[in-house]
Amino acid sequence: MPQLVCENLTLGYDGNNIITNLSFEVNASDYLCIVGENGSGKSTLIKAVANLISPVSGSIRKGGGLKANEIGYLPQQTAVQKDFPASVEEVVRSGFINSSGLRPFYTKEQKLLAKENMERLEIYGLAKRCYRELSGGQQQRVLLARALCATRKLLLLDEPVASLDPQASSGMYDIIAKLNNTVTTIVMVSHDIAICVSYASHILHIGGRSALFFGAKKDYLNSEYGRKFAGLRGVNRRDGYY
Amino acid sequence: MDTINKLVMYFEYPFVRSALLVGMLIALCSALLGVTLVLKRFSFIGDGLSHVAFGATAVAAALQMANQFWLVLPVTIVSAVLLLASGQNSKTKGDAAVAMVSVGSLALGYLVMSLYSKSANLSGDVCSTLFGSTSILTLTGTGVLLCIALSILVVAVFLLFYHKIFAVVFDEEFMSATGVDAKAYNFMLAVVIAVVIVLAMNLVGALLISALVIFPALSAMRVFKSFFAVSVCAVVVSVCCAALGILASIAIGAPVGSTIVAIDIIGFFLFSIVGAISGKNPAV
Repeated sequence: MPQLVCENLTLGYDGNNIITNLSFEVNASDYLCIVGENGSGKSTLIKAVANLISPVSGSIRKGGGLKANEIGYLPQQTAVQKDFPASVEEVVRSGFINSSGLRPFYTKEQKLLAKENMERLEIYGLAKRCYRELSGGQQQRVLLARALCATRKLLLLDEPVASLDPQASSGMYDIIAKLNNTVTTIVMVSHDIAICVSYASHILHIGGRSALFFGAKKDYLNSEYGRKFAGLRGVNRRDGYY
Repeated sequence: MDTINKLVMYFEYPFVRSALLVGMLIALCSALLGVTLVLKRFSFIGDGLSHVAFGATAVAAALQMANQFWLVLPVTIVSAVLLLASGQNSKTKGDAAVAMVSVGSLALGYLVMSLYSKSANLSGDVCSTLFGSTSILTLTGTGVLLCIALSILVVAVFLLFYHKIFAVVFDEEFMSATGVDAKAYNFMLAVVIAVVIVLAMNLVGALLISALVIFPALSAMRVFKSFFAVSVCAVVVSVCCAALGILASIAIGAPVGSTIVAIDIIGFFLFSIVGAISGKNPAV
């Protein structure tokens, strides 16, 4: 039973369809990368999966016991104001709101889990620091820790390294790969095809308003679009990833 | 010595004691809410809503209602919900909508008051509604009880939903994506905002509510950097300033509302200096 099934999905704003008739599915412990040119609708797609916009037509079904409040999300940019007073710990723990119901306080287990997630992302030392004073890379880790508190099953990431320097980026990708191996399914939007083919298990390549390719990574590298796109971006094909 | 004697004498009167109690409770509520409003960039919603409350008060006065609460509170709540809900997807953008409602109800309120008021002292009535000159001292028994009850309600809501309010204010999109009904919490906030506005009108009058709501939050944000510390600090600052303001206004015979706001402003500058010295505060 797949965790996520998208069927004949059409997405758009104000009568303009950005994506039409897109179908794909995600199984537990997959690492799906959504790639495509700028403006191809990658972010729109992940927002639809995150239930932030509703599809024009088609369906997004959650299966395999996945509930709406078991999804973690890392937005492309979090529009947090420059002067927002919030400690790292407060931000990370706020990931538990979706599973807290009407309980006014966090439980001991939740606090412990938040600590574990901070340790996993190597930000526990920053727990009492002010979120807005951290570096871009540290902030992304905090938001990822929060997303982990919100889910044990499916993590949606929208360009997780968009604003990071190369070193912070590769650290971030390593962490995401580790999470995929140990904890959750990953669905990630990225424009970095080299990274996608080295980490992902599946690729969804969208363009021209629909799916150009959807399937396992090794099939992608042998496909027309995969060869063109990956070749164009200088992916090293000798490293055994295809 | 004279002033102290005067204060002691005033405190013999029960209405002065209840004014102090109610004033501090209202200050507590408005500070709790102020942190949220400032962070959601809604500082002026408070202003707009207070003018709605003024308009409703004028109508209630013209209708000679015994207890204006029962008209003012529902009207303000409905306006709050409409203003906050229309923020994202209406033809009139958020700030324009607030401005429209705000000045519109101010004008209509004054018009209704001028045409239908039975009072002999119209400008006195208008002035006291706008600046709350003495209304906190003239609260009747039920008014005091209602204020206390509503304040307790606001504090209870804030305590019960503290973590949720923080989460939704910090990142509404994340909450929606992870299956939290962020809209419901925004609705709840709108209702609480309206209640606090109506309460605060008794203390400082319609025009000065924004000051009561935003100054303590801004002061606290100058020095503290976690949501919890800012909330606690804003409440302490606000309650202290309100208590000082009420006492000072009695002692020097000044209007309660503007005295409280003046002390809030002094507090803001003190906190700015502390923030600058401790170097914790980046330029705003």
